[in-house]
Amino acid sequence: MDSQGSAAPMPVKRPPLRERSQGAVVDTLFARTTQFFAFLVFVLLLAIMASLVIGSWPSIRKFGFAFVYTTDWDPVAGVFGAAVPIYGTLVSSLIAMVIAIPVSFGIALFLTELAPVWLKRPLGTAIELLAAIPSIIYGMWGLFEFTPLFGKYVQPFLIDNLGDIPVLGALFQGPPMGIGMLTAGVILAIMVIPFITAVMRDVFELVPVVLRESAYGLGSTTWEVVWKVVLPYTRAGVVGGVMLGLGRALGETMAVTFVIGNAHRVATSLLAPGASIASSLANEFTEADDPIYTASLIELGLILFLITTIVLACAKYMLLRLGRLEGTKS
Amino acid sequence: MSFSPRILTAALGLSAALWAFSAQAADITGAGATFPYPIYAKWAEMYKAKTGVGLNYQSIGSGGGIKQIKAKTVDFGASDKPLTPEELAKDNLFQFPMVVGGVVPTVNVEGIKPGQLKLTGVLLADIYLGKIKKWNDGAIAALNPGVALPAKDIVPVSRSDGSGTTFIFTNYLSKVSPEWKGAVGNDASVKWPTGISMKGNEGVASSVKQTPNSIGYIEYAYVIQNKMTYVAMKNKDGGFVEPNDKSFGAAAAGADWVHAPGFYEILTDEPGKDSWPITGATFILMQKVQDKPETGKQVLEFFDWAYHSGAKSALELDYIPLPESVAKLVEGEWKSNIKDAAGKPVF
Repeated sequence: MDSQGSAAPMPVKRPPLRERSQGAVVDTLFARTTQFFAFLVFVLLLAIMASLVIGSWPSIRKFGFAFVYTTDWDPVAGVFGAAVPIYGTLVSSLIAMVIAIPVSFGIALFLTELAPVWLKRPLGTAIELLAAIPSIIYGMWGLFEFTPLFGKYVQPFLIDNLGDIPVLGALFQGPPMGIGMLTAGVILAIMVIPFITAVMRDVFELVPVVLRESAYGLGSTTWEVVWKVVLPYTRAGVVGGVMLGLGRALGETMAVTFVIGNAHRVATSLLAPGASIASSLANEFTEADDPIYTASLIELGLILFLITTIVLACAKYMLLRLGRLEGTKS
Repeated sequence: MSFSPRILTAALGLSAALWAFSAQAADITGAGATFPYPIYAKWAEMYKAKTGVGLNYQSIGSGGGIKQIKAKTVDFGASDKPLTPEELAKDNLFQFPMVVGGVVPTVNVEGIKPGQLKLTGVLLADIYLGKIKKWNDGAIAALNPGVALPAKDIVPVSRSDGSGTTFIFTNYLSKVSPEWKGAVGNDASVKWPTGISMKGNEGVASSVKQTPNSIGYIEYAYVIQNKMTYVAMKNKDGGFVEPNDKSFGAAAAGADWVHAPGFYEILTDEPGKDSWPITGATFILMQKVQDKPETGKQVLEFFDWAYHSGAKSALELDYIPLPESVAKLVEGEWKSNIKDAAGKPVF
């Protein structure tokens, strides 16, 4: 390296001045343009935040912090509280995650470690195609095909077998109507599985073959390889995939609106109808003519924005901590 | 390397330039209620073929229609929920009814055929209040001797989205049940005490069809198209009527439009032995002072044509045209209410 560096510099043939300056101008212009659009995203984010706050100001002023924890949602009386949709958003997403994470992990594991080579590609493509289906299709399928079956077979089964267990049983009460919080969670799970799976599979495939082969060479089982080598190596990517899925579940609108039951009532049972923030917005925005009603709906949007931001921030923080732990270990 | 940024820069510039272009149509514009959208679209198509004047109607919901006409971004607004005379005065708007439709309770109870089950407004309110919980409740059974009613829980289905259908339905319940009026009230969306809510007429219709022992309220056209089990309702004069063109028309004819300031008239619980009790008109809103009198005139000419030549197509789509006498009354009011900036009638 050193000997090469001290060698006489090669004579560089510079381009003619005019061409060079023109290139520089275009380069600068290009750099500025890309910079402008990059910053535009940031400005847009702030602008959305600001307009949400301005739009919801009447409601923030009237209801204050009580908006977040009161459950009354009465358009006739003009009294609004967001606890029910906030609860619905969080619980339906939680159900979705509880179902989707293990299933996605299993699919990704099968695709990368167990599936024969000829099966990997078609299966992987099928999963990716699932991700491309518009959410309204999931909603219609959920309402017309899934809920009748769910209400006829799965919900009665849950009520009969889990309904009598103390504490847990409270989650499985009421008539099996097919729709409700649990149905919304299941549909959401089906929707986010392709996202999480696709990310997990991609990061699993990034694990250096050397690592994997060494583990197998030491006599590990497939499970041990995945659990002790692949997963620790890809932790950041896996968490990222999960967060991507969670982000989609939190904001999902149409599919949830179709199957959640849209009731602004508090219910402990997961079989009871509920409402999510996104479904309330989709349902009520068009006909909200009272200013305080509109403001309350916009405040719901603001809260969803904040929830998603907090979730993303938590994910970043988790990744940072994981990275630091890794640093101390090695 | 110095080539591709140049192209990209040019492309970005070009797309920005294209962005700035936008076509402006010279047609008349309206926005609002979704319920009359099919008939407005049909009329627009027929009217365009006849006169060449197009109508661009956005069915964004009554609330949106009211906002847009207040902001003057459209030539007319449409709402299923009439504005009160005070609200009209505040924004200097004029309101008139356009077509009439009916809201129909439908049920899914095994063995019950269309029109077989009889209900009263009070019973309907009690079901939606959650006071009557089972189909074989004494109050329902007393009204329906000889009808086999199951001992099953009633699942009331309502509209989750704000809608004129809900407005008409809850208006009726508020008129007949003081308890409903106190506990829930009347609006395009309300706080439902019980049951599930679905989006749109089609959502309620499919939910009622799928859920055994459910009851829902649906726009008449959807009841016919989906062959649903409608209920016979007791009207103000004590007769039981079935939902059809005739009973909706009877309710519309019985209304006292002449003495309704701002045409604020909701056709629920109208007198007359043949009147369907859950009937409602859908309304058009216009600015009283027209900034562009030419456009205002075009809009009124369109509605004039719709009143007199659009009745047949309205009936085909299960809407009830307003009686000729009401149309005459409305058109008389146009002259004295919708004017240009100088105070000259537009129509």
